[in-house]
Amino acid sequence: MRPDFHPFVIPFCAGMFFVLGYCFFGIFNIIFHLPRRDRRRFLVSLINPVTAWKNIRDIFLNCLIHVKLWKRNPLLGYMHSSIAFGWFMLIVLGHLEVFLYAPGHLSKFYYPIFFNFFVAKSEETIGGAVLFFLMDFFLLVVLSGITLAIIKRVRSLWFGMRRTTRPSVLDMVGMYSLWAIFPLRLLAEGFTAHISGGSFLIIPLNWMVRGFLGNEINMVPTWWAYSIALSVFMFVLPFTRYMHIPAEMLLIPLRNAGLCIRHPRKGFAKIQVLSCPGCGVCIDACPMSAKKANIKDTTVYLNRQIRRRNEKRIEEISDKCLMCGKCTAVCQVGVDGPVIRQAQRSLRKYALGKDYSAAVSPTPVGKAAVAYFAGCMTQLTPGISKAVESLLKKAGVDYTFIDREGGLCCGRPLMMAGRIKEARELMEKTREIILASECRTLLLSCPICYRIFKEEYDLEKEGIEVIHHSVYLYNLVQGGRLKPSRSDIHFVYHDPCELGRGSGIYEEPRKLLRTSAYLVEAAKNREESVCCSGSLGSLTLGFADRKELTEAALRNLTSDIPDAIATACPLCRSTFRRYSDIPVSDIAEVIDSRT
Amino acid sequence: MTDFGFTRAKSSTINLDNVDTSLFRKMLEVEPDVRRCMECGSCSAVCTAAPLSGMSVRKVIHALERGVDIAPMLSGCMLCGKCTMVCPRGINTRHLILSLERYYKKKENV
Repeated sequence: MRPDFHPFVIPFCAGMFFVLGYCFFGIFNIIFHLPRRDRRRFLVSLINPVTAWKNIRDIFLNCLIHVKLWKRNPLLGYMHSSIAFGWFMLIVLGHLEVFLYAPGHLSKFYYPIFFNFFVAKSEETIGGAVLFFLMDFFLLVVLSGITLAIIKRVRSLWFGMRRTTRPSVLDMVGMYSLWAIFPLRLLAEGFTAHISGGSFLIIPLNWMVRGFLGNEINMVPTWWAYSIALSVFMFVLPFTRYMHIPAEMLLIPLRNAGLCIRHPRKGFAKIQVLSCPGCGVCIDACPMSAKKANIKDTTVYLNRQIRRRNEKRIEEISDKCLMCGKCTAVCQVGVDGPVIRQAQRSLRKYALGKDYSAAVSPTPVGKAAVAYFAGCMTQLTPGISKAVESLLKKAGVDYTFIDREGGLCCGRPLMMAGRIKEARELMEKTREIILASECRTLLLSCPICYRIFKEEYDLEKEGIEVIHHSVYLYNLVQGGRLKPSRSDIHFVYHDPCELGRGSGIYEEPRKLLRTSAYLVEAAKNREESVCCSGSLGSLTLGFADRKELTEAALRNLTSDIPDAIATACPLCRSTFRRYSDIPVSDIAEVIDSRT
Repeated sequence: MTDFGFTRAKSSTINLDNVDTSLFRKMLEVEPDVRRCMECGSCSAVCTAAPLSGMSVRKVIHALERGVDIAPMLSGCMLCGKCTMVCPRGINTRHLILSLERYYKKKENV
């Protein structure tokens, strides 16, 4: 048995205390900044056995095994889970070793980390052999992950990533120290393996290093180096992207408690920002990245700027985003970029307020079971409302066209601009118009309207079903009230952001389209469909800036050489029509032309 | 004074030397594309808020250049973005409106 203490553990202990203290205060800070109602909800969710189990399962599957990443990219999945799970197992097994062989030292928390230095055990005992084997095995697993990480740094394309983030200086320090930790551990254990024992990895290494380097003078310096590498990693961790390791463990319970972002910098948003691993998956996903100048406006850079408190850039990035939600769809930890941006926009003070007190429908609202609300965007594309009306007549539906002569806005554009108070005021007025029609079904042509009517208006409470025309028409076809004939045209269907990612409607429009045409898929579709870039989400992107983005979205759509493009959003339709070589129509127009 | 049954309208003369065009200059700084406006009125034609507050981006730009108060017009804007979509000159009118509301300063005695 060696002594209980050696000065080389001091750097490790210092780093460990620092990082634990930092995380402890961080947790306290984040929970403290939650609104009171959210805080209570979170604390209650912790003692609820269902959510508690879900928390444990999600933390295990996402933080250690990285299941989501495996599904997306197995190579990256292996790289991350080998480091995370391997390291976790090394720590757990280290504690097990101490528990079994030196139970008296369990209170010294550096003991399991430097176990091989402090304890000399032979592998004679079966337990020892198994544990030594497992320790070596997991060390090998971690080392394989580190090797992949180093290769990825040089050749990210081999890992399917076209663009990755540029790490900051501190990120580099953290990364190099992380890379150094495990080879140094291997070397250090190799030097002591003839005393402390080992298995297939470190025993042969021990023969080699002793053969070449001979004396034991190297032993202590390598343990020092290992401890210092650990210490450097832990000291820089809070200020680098590696903060995502502890942060995600808090993010998961907060998300499972059902909280939403109320402030862009505090509470839930803060933990999301800290959980961003800076992997850069959102860079390739973001429709704005089609233009190289926009790469620094993706969510990963927003998170970085929020951490650096660079107010000017935060505002620029927040205002530019198209709010299509694709970064959220591909994000491995579930950072909700658009919601953070919307919260950021809502902080802005406007000198001029709004006044919608006199807002009314320009014409008296007709009464019918089905109320058709075209919305602002459909009024600019009258082809769609005509087609919907024509189909409703053909199916013999009793309907009223609420905003034939113009109406009010649904409020979502105001909401996306961060003007929540004004949006609520306007929504109240629009709600009155809808209720005045005494309808049972509210039929919408615009996914932007659809989403807010569904999410914010609470019309279900009034017994009103909110439905998008793609779903409604599909139901009519299913019920046999519309009988479209088939054509030979091959359509590609473009998933509008607000209808697909926003409201989860992917199947009905496709099934509807199949009743009258052939359907081909875009290269990226459904959750990963590329925004047309006409979105109202972006405040600052100008007309000229959007051209390149729309063309990139069109290239994605036409990868299978379709004859025409069908979509279910008036805004997508007008945006694509500007630059498309092939016809672009709304799904209602397609069906109307075949019935 | 003899009552003729009508009064003389208040003069609508604007002395450009006296008006405050700081907001107009700020607008040009934020959205330089405004210079390309050819006053075609597409934005006015499609405006959702026109019946509510007489909103018209064309008029807003015009009024700002002459130092006329735009607050009543803007108050009805719902930011629906139709004006941006129809603008043949590609002016980001929605951002223009948001910036005006942001940098607007209440003036005394106008």
